Amino acid sequence: MGLVLLCVIWLITFVSTYFFVAKTWWFPHGASASTAAIDQQFTVTFILMGVIFVAAQLALGYFVWKYRDQPSAARADYSHGNLKLEIIWTTLTAILFVGLNLMGSPIWAAERFRPAVDGATRVEVIGMQFAWYFRYPGPDGKFGIARPELEDPSAGGEAALGLDPADPASKDDVVTGIMEVPVNREVEVILRAHDVIHSFFVPSMRFKQDAVPGLAIHMHFTPTETGDFEITCAELCGLGHYKMHGILKVVSQDEFDKWLADREAEKQQ
Amino acid sequence: MVAQESHQHGAPQGFIRKWVFSLDHKVIGLQYYFLALTAVFVGMFLSLLMRIHLIWPTAMLPLLGEIKPETYLSLVTMHGTIMVFFVLTTAPQGGFGNYFLPIQIGAPDMAFPVLNMLSFWTTFLAYIVMLSAFFVVGGAPLHGWTGYAPLSALQSSGPGEGLGADLWITSIALFCIASLMGALNFITTTLDMRAKGMTMWRMPLTCWSWFITAILGLLAFGVLLSAGILLLMDRNIGTSFFLPLGTINGQMTGHKGGSPLLWQHLFWFFGHPEVYIAILPGMGVASQVLSTFSRKPIFGYKAMVYAMLSIGLLGFMVWGHHMFMSGMSPYSAFAFSIMTMAIGVPSAIKTFNWLGTLHKARIRFQSPMLFAIGFVSLFVSGGLSGPFLAQPALDIPLHDTAFVPGHFHLIMGVAAIFGIFAATYYWFPKMFGRMMDEKLARIHFFLTLIGTYSVFMPMHYLGLAGQPRRYSQLTELKYLHPLIGLNTFMTYAAIVTVAAQLIFLFNLFWSMFKGAKASDNPWEATTLEWTTATPPPHDNFGGRTPVVHNGPYEYSVPGAPRDYVMQTDPATVAAH
Repeated sequence: MGLVLLCVIWLITFVSTYFFVAKTWWFPHGASASTAAIDQQFTVTFILMGVIFVAAQLALGYFVWKYRDQPSAARADYSHGNLKLEIIWTTLTAILFVGLNLMGSPIWAAERFRPAVDGATRVEVIGMQFAWYFRYPGPDGKFGIARPELEDPSAGGEAALGLDPADPASKDDVVTGIMEVPVNREVEVILRAHDVIHSFFVPSMRFKQDAVPGLAIHMHFTPTETGDFEITCAELCGLGHYKMHGILKVVSQDEFDKWLADREAEKQQ
Repeated sequence: MVAQESHQHGAPQGFIRKWVFSLDHKVIGLQYYFLALTAVFVGMFLSLLMRIHLIWPTAMLPLLGEIKPETYLSLVTMHGTIMVFFVLTTAPQGGFGNYFLPIQIGAPDMAFPVLNMLSFWTTFLAYIVMLSAFFVVGGAPLHGWTGYAPLSALQSSGPGEGLGADLWITSIALFCIASLMGALNFITTTLDMRAKGMTMWRMPLTCWSWFITAILGLLAFGVLLSAGILLLMDRNIGTSFFLPLGTINGQMTGHKGGSPLLWQHLFWFFGHPEVYIAILPGMGVASQVLSTFSRKPIFGYKAMVYAMLSIGLLGFMVWGHHMFMSGMSPYSAFAFSIMTMAIGVPSAIKTFNWLGTLHKARIRFQSPMLFAIGFVSLFVSGGLSGPFLAQPALDIPLHDTAFVPGHFHLIMGVAAIFGIFAATYYWFPKMFGRMMDEKLARIHFFLTLIGTYSVFMPMHYLGLAGQPRRYSQLTELKYLHPLIGLNTFMTYAAIVTVAAQLIFLFNLFWSMFKGAKASDNPWEATTLEWTTATPPPHDNFGGRTPVVHNGPYEYSVPGAPRDYVMQTDPATVAAH
């Protein structure tokens, strides 16, 4: 029985670790400025936790086999523990865990503690059951007032957001169903939700943040590659949660300017 | 300790007083256990339907038909709620704690037998109310076991958010009341009912774990109860605790000024300690069983107690680590994160000490021991994914992906269940006077160990690849398509694992009536429950009160005639 247990525990350990190390299933390709730091911190954590995982499981398997009851075995060791050992491993784990935490802190600070830079592309991202809307402030750089009582989701676009046509600032606001941004320039995201909590999750940008009714949450990220990237909703928001997705289109600055100008022209017609 | 006399009550006469509205902690323990047993099969069945739906979204199931997205979310909600409350909280604490805490400390019953009965029947009522949510118009709620507002606070946010959601909240509120009663009882019993010589430092680690769990319950369930009442008010009488100005499908909700984050803070202030409420008794049982079957004293008894106490204490300071992506202040994430990492320290101490117990042991591989070893393995695996999620920077890619259910299923789900299995196999002979079948137990063990690893380890891979939680279909997002193969494997593994539980169920009931007769101390263990008759008499020790001379884990004492010294043996072992 000891040998069977050893084999099973070691096998589970080996197989589990293999798929991590082989990266059979791994993060999607990262295309944002924060990718390197986040993935690096993950890798460091993974190596440290992986070593402990393998060591602990191997020891467990080995001990249950080595110290199995058998007629020739000596009586078990009468020991109530070892204070010195306890102090050593308590200290070591404390240093390890706190150290790991401190290592990751600058990444978090870079993501969350500073506001977006001046000149960032500003996009308001609005979640509602079960779609993402994106609003650009237009040439005046101001978002017009949106009024909940004016919302009409069935009409889509501006009407869905309840944009107040009487507000001069809303005259040049552009509302779209896909999110287009220029590459290599920081994007300031202003997250809102109308009804329930949604979560704006773009795996390739290493970006996630809940959109909460009643709050306007300011965040930022910097795409570093052009292409189409999937946006998902990561917070349970109702029966259509699984199909609340969208597209983030990262293009060159020129393409972006032209695209936005076209949308603006469409609106003014 | 002096208070014992006044707590004794005569043996009950008649079926109703003996088995239904019983005051006997042993009967109440069994009632809790069997309630949890039905609940675990309901919860498991729901999860099986979820896994089937993920792979075959349009399958026509017999009797149930096609599972719709909203039905899937009801399954998610009810699976989580039933498992967390009616299995993981009920079986280890209400079941085994009730049955064995008084016996292990040498008491004739719990401190408040009537309160004990009341807490079981309130739990039972809560369970019925919970299940009834399936059968009302709209069905069970779809807001998940965490019930985030505004989704859970608005009647119109989706199917199941009508009466179903009200029943769900009511059930949880009832459960909180029952758990508060239970917690008071456990704490008082532990402090006040110990036999002569049973000092706190001579208590088995199981008793420590039930005691600490009860303290956590006392502090946590009150908060959830209040939160639940506020939520009911938001839903039904127009208050706005959790609801800001907003709309649903273009309609004004009529609420304003509330905060959705307030619900999350209140919920997780309960929710995180709840994780330890589920796992601490498992730690206690694992320690007890590892020591017994290793024929060795537990390694670092006091360190084990201090570790559990610090896990309990820190458990109240880390609720914010569930909310790194929620929009709360990013600065507070630092504090929550470092506290969470700190929990890794006592958890590591426990693991080291279990390994230390096995070192130079003489291990007997009986069924309780297999599950205790499995517990340690799962505790390590599930525990080590914690430090990933404890770092806010890593929550950016990992939060609300399958990585999270992978993590908590291994540790608070499967490891805790292995604790319950270990306890079942270990105490079955004492409870029913018969032995469970060892061969079936071994098959059950290996299938369950390999099966659960096969289901939950891949969830970590899926999470890395970005598969969000609580998605009823994986076909909508392109980047999820390559993950469907792995998901299919997990579904097959789940089917095998569920089938393996039928072996356990058969073994349990078959052994109850046909198992080999058990002696009073079949495992040659040292604690007080093994000194009394099998099954124990109404007052536990047949009129005598045990006197305790030794610590709980005196195995392989040099010079002792046998390789174990009972706690009641007057031949004293030198104090440590």
